[in-house]
Amino acid sequence: MTDIEPDATVDARGAACPGPLMDLIGKIRGAESGDVIRLLSDTDQSLTDVPEWTEEAGNELLAVEEGDDHNAFYVEKA
Amino acid sequence: MTERIVIVGGGTGGSVLANDLADRLEPELDAGDVEVTLINDGPDHVYKPVWLYVPFGQREPADGRRALDELVDDAVELRIDRVTDIDTESQRLTLHGNASTVGYDHLVLATGSTLEPDQIPGLAEGGHDYYSESGATALRDELLEFTEGDLVLSVIGTPHMCPAAPLEFVFMADDWLRERGLREDVAITYTYPIQRVHGNSHIAEWARPIMEERDINVETFFNAKSVDPDAETITSMEGTELDYDLLVTIPPHGGIDLIEEAGLGDDGWVDVDKHTLEAEAAENVYALGDTADTGVPNAGSVAHYQAGVVGQRLASEIRDRPATATYDGKTLCFIETGMDAASFVEFDYENPPSPAPPSEKLHWSKLAYNESYWLTARGLL
Repeated sequence: MTDIEPDATVDARGAACPGPLMDLIGKIRGAESGDVIRLLSDTDQSLTDVPEWTEEAGNELLAVEEGDDHNAFYVEKA
Repeated sequence: MTERIVIVGGGTGGSVLANDLADRLEPELDAGDVEVTLINDGPDHVYKPVWLYVPFGQREPADGRRALDELVDDAVELRIDRVTDIDTESQRLTLHGNASTVGYDHLVLATGSTLEPDQIPGLAEGGHDYYSESGATALRDELLEFTEGDLVLSVIGTPHMCPAAPLEFVFMADDWLRERGLREDVAITYTYPIQRVHGNSHIAEWARPIMEERDINVETFFNAKSVDPDAETITSMEGTELDYDLLVTIPPHGGIDLIEEAGLGDDGWVDVDKHTLEAEAAENVYALGDTADTGVPNAGSVAHYQAGVVGQRLASEIRDRPATATYDGKTLCFIETGMDAASFVEFDYENPPSPAPPSEKLHWSKLAYNESYWLTARGLL
């Protein structure tokens, strides 16, 4: 478990790919620089989608918590 | 005691459902046991797929408009008014025009998508679209004069109406410019927010080689941040800047504010059970079409199929029987691949799409359906 305190959480559990990544991008779009967004996703594709996009966009993927039924991604907006 | 069914929104979902109920509940309507009311904020039904053809001079916006009172069964009470409040506790809607309220026993929200270009600085001034009547006609005027330079099609908002339409536009533009001998003087670039050219990976894998073959440039992971109308550039959150001479975008979309204010879901989309289409946050409320957050495309075919499911479920509820009809995610789309060829996909929650080989026959099937759509709106097809 991470002790990172997110500024906002996007619960995209139940959304099919690419819903979670799009939901994350939408939330980052409206966030301030330095804000940490937590994305909850139960789609395995997010394990590759999210790191790819955060690197491309220059944001930082601070941590990934892998759970039994979903994963949590902590992304800091650059 | 008369049971009141109120449908908000007279687009594809709302109109098909109203006519479906008029047919399905005819005995109850005749006996006065049930009332069906359709509320829309304007007198016309608008068939949006027509707009794709307007910029190429092949259709007029009027081809996509018909008066609701000609389309909707007389057994349905049609109210042209704007809903300004939804109270799911007291099961009552407030209307703007005469400041009256309407009570309901069953509510169906089919309020659809709205465009929100102001989310992106400079977009309203610098960008064109074919997702509105005014946008499609303004784009037509630009496109008819456009003979050389950079044509950029940028998908900004997702989810957006008709996920196939951005691909269709660039395929049609490519073909249209070739036919007119202008293609060598026009560079076409297509941008998409994620790492492929379409949200659905199967459609993306099908489309990408066609784009390469047709010399359509692709920029993926491109999420527009701003548009500079003076410099004619569009810049992404990822730091890419593109020059354009003609910018066509799929603007950000949203649902109506009332839905969020009523606590039914975020961004104007109603959180629903994706099989029953029942709202998760309130009793006796359904949502369908774009309004229902099911994860399937915002497409007319989806609204059409969902209307049939909601119609069956409401009829069961009215007759005190268990409602068993469910939506399986069925989606059907024709995809234009040029000015005289199209593909076709059909898929659902379990089965992915497999695009058909493009053919002239499928293109004419699409145009034929667009004409016969008015039978769908009437609940006949």
